[in-house]
Amino acid sequence: MAIPEGILRPVKNIFGGVRLPHNKGTAEKETVIMPAPETVVIAMQQHIGAPCTSCVKKGDTVYVGTKIGDSDKFISAPIHSSVSGTVDSIGTMLLPSGATCQTVVINSDGLMTPDPDLKPHTVETKEQLVAAARDSGLVGLGGAGFPAHVKLNVGPNTMLDTLIINGAECEPYITSDYRECVESTDSILGGIFVIKNILGIKNVIIAVEDNKPKAISKLQKLAEDELGYQMGVNSTDDEKTKALYKVATDVKDTDNSIRLMRLKSQYPQGAEKVLIYTTTGRKLPLGKLPSDVGCLVMNITSVSYLYKYITTGMPVVSRTVTVAGDAVANPQNVCVPIGTPIEALIEFCGGYKKAARKILYGGPMMGTALVDTKMPLLKQNNAILVFGSKEAVRPIDNPCIRCGRCANTCPMGLQPLEIESALRIGDIERVKALYVDYCIECGCCSYVCPSKRYLTQTMRLAKAELRNKK
Amino acid sequence: MDRLTVSSSPHIRHQDSSKGIMLDVIISLLPLTVAGCIMFGWYSALLVLTTVVAAVLTEYVCCKVMKRKNSIYDLSAVVTGLILALNLPPKLPLWMAAIGSVIAIGVVKMMFGGIGHNFANPAITARIALLVSFPSAMTAWVAPKGVEVITGATDATSMATPLTTDGYSYMQMFMGKVPGSLGETFKLLIILGFLYLVFRRVISPVVPLVTVGTVAVMSLIFNLDPLYMILSGGLLFGAVFMATDYVTSPINWKGHIIYGVGIGLITFLIRHFGYLPEGMSYGILLMNLFVPYINKITAPKPFGWEAKK
Repeated sequence: MAIPEGILRPVKNIFGGVRLPHNKGTAEKETVIMPAPETVVIAMQQHIGAPCTSCVKKGDTVYVGTKIGDSDKFISAPIHSSVSGTVDSIGTMLLPSGATCQTVVINSDGLMTPDPDLKPHTVETKEQLVAAARDSGLVGLGGAGFPAHVKLNVGPNTMLDTLIINGAECEPYITSDYRECVESTDSILGGIFVIKNILGIKNVIIAVEDNKPKAISKLQKLAEDELGYQMGVNSTDDEKTKALYKVATDVKDTDNSIRLMRLKSQYPQGAEKVLIYTTTGRKLPLGKLPSDVGCLVMNITSVSYLYKYITTGMPVVSRTVTVAGDAVANPQNVCVPIGTPIEALIEFCGGYKKAARKILYGGPMMGTALVDTKMPLLKQNNAILVFGSKEAVRPIDNPCIRCGRCANTCPMGLQPLEIESALRIGDIERVKALYVDYCIECGCCSYVCPSKRYLTQTMRLAKAELRNKK
Repeated sequence: MDRLTVSSSPHIRHQDSSKGIMLDVIISLLPLTVAGCIMFGWYSALLVLTTVVAAVLTEYVCCKVMKRKNSIYDLSAVVTGLILALNLPPKLPLWMAAIGSVIAIGVVKMMFGGIGHNFANPAITARIALLVSFPSAMTAWVAPKGVEVITGATDATSMATPLTTDGYSYMQMFMGKVPGSLGETFKLLIILGFLYLVFRRVISPVVPLVTVGTVAVMSLIFNLDPLYMILSGGLLFGAVFMATDYVTSPINWKGHIIYGVGIGLITFLIRHFGYLPEGMSYGILLMNLFVPYINKITAPKPFGWEAKK
């Protein structure tokens, strides 16, 4: 497919990284909506930050969108009921991270009645935007789960000049962001306008990998044809935007642009640090936030959900997840109520094609493996991958042959082989001197290692050892 | 339902394996081996067999004695044995060749901790050890069938009398019609092996190209024929198959350049000013010893690194 005009090329090329088989067979299947399961198990921690405490008790009647958990801490995101029905019990569960958290178990009445108190919001100021983002329970839907309102709460002295919309979706199998691009293009653009105009961010770059040409052309077409918005040209039709989106267009700067950028399909293109570098050429130093280099990075689906909340008042109670892998009968994207047990979701996708040996929350490079299928879907899960024997086999590791592939593919420029040998002899000082704390755990080193060493796991261990020593 | 596997990410791996890499190296060496056996006669095949079997056997015995996991199936001992054989004079007594394998695997590799821990290239070290121990047998070069010995050596003697008196044409040198080691003479097949390894992404082309390039540049500076320099002796074979050994070469491309220049320089200096044979072997061995230091000075700064203010 020809590259449409006006699409940007990356400012810089990604360091290292790997080319992965895409396996995005679900890309062209339309998202199906899953009906309410009998029971949902809603975890009180589905974000980075402080866990929530349930604010309902056994026997309470809840509706879709009723707040059932919240925290008074700033870095946290409230939790809402994803079905209508009655609270069955308050329990605990083991999170994939290994921590335990409170859960609210709700028996669905099957009606999916929305909470009558929900209503669209008017968002005109930064304070309203941050409040709306918090009330929506929105977290980074690309997998990280960082509360969106924390990101949007930009300090008065912070100068943001670029909003980067992360649509890279560089992990294999996952197509939920892609489906969002194709199916909810208008919400994505709506969300972008809201954030851009309220925070007064000059440039917007929507970054999409080149294996999704349809998403690129769809975004461009909508922006140009339906909104009369010239992509990449310094103009916004404020009146039209205002009319279409019913939101404030408090444009603080007229030098506006929204641009699409076509990134090379190379993992980990969507990692925040890598993305900031490829789209703007800026290097994010260790321990600094994107806002320190003038950037705000939002996942493309998160932006869309934010807009949906503003226009409908419905918080994040369900999300699109890619169900794929060789052991699931009917791989597809499904819009699933949060808290749906994974077994019910797999059942909805036609059950197992063969015995599942490994089930993942998220992608094969950074996802976490499930202990059992009763675990519920969390907000930040963009995929559920069900694998048969091949992916479940843990490879036997052999001695390092010092081929250097790990070092030459590390997008952070680290030397995993040296870090591993330093850790093996317990030389924590050297582990530190080899900059292990820069590791983003993307998994490239383990992926390329011909000796099948567990390098990424070792990097995590090395980081933990370093923290313990401090 | 069966129990689910819970493991740390990533959950997928690239299909390349250490064994696959070794197999690729063996494949790249096979044409040279076969050609060598045809050109120098059936005894050479016996020589290859001896070094390979002795190398694998040594590794097996070492693993047993040292109570380590048996590692012969990773094929690295086969590669070492094969490379060693291709480095030897075609008519070397078999027991000497076997000693070479024992030195390569037993002393250089296993005593330092097995694969990945040797600080020098096993085959190179074994070749030098044999040369020091059996100087006359190790320099008893025979000509391939149908070729007359004009002077009769790879590195040293041919270098002492370059070009005019040597009498071999470039084409003869290119096609292996000169006396020399079992696998070092047929340059065309060495280049094919190089292309195969680069194409399969087993080796990076930097080390061989820089090494050969350095020798060529030095030849020009000293007013020697660079093509003759490149086509003679063990330069090409060493640059492609031995200098690129993962364990004993630097990690990144910066290191590869320093390492290649170093090998090229030492090889040229020994060839041109020295009285020793084996310029290339010493070049690689000496640079092997510098690898930890090269890795240290070429260690990359991480992404987003800032100098402390």
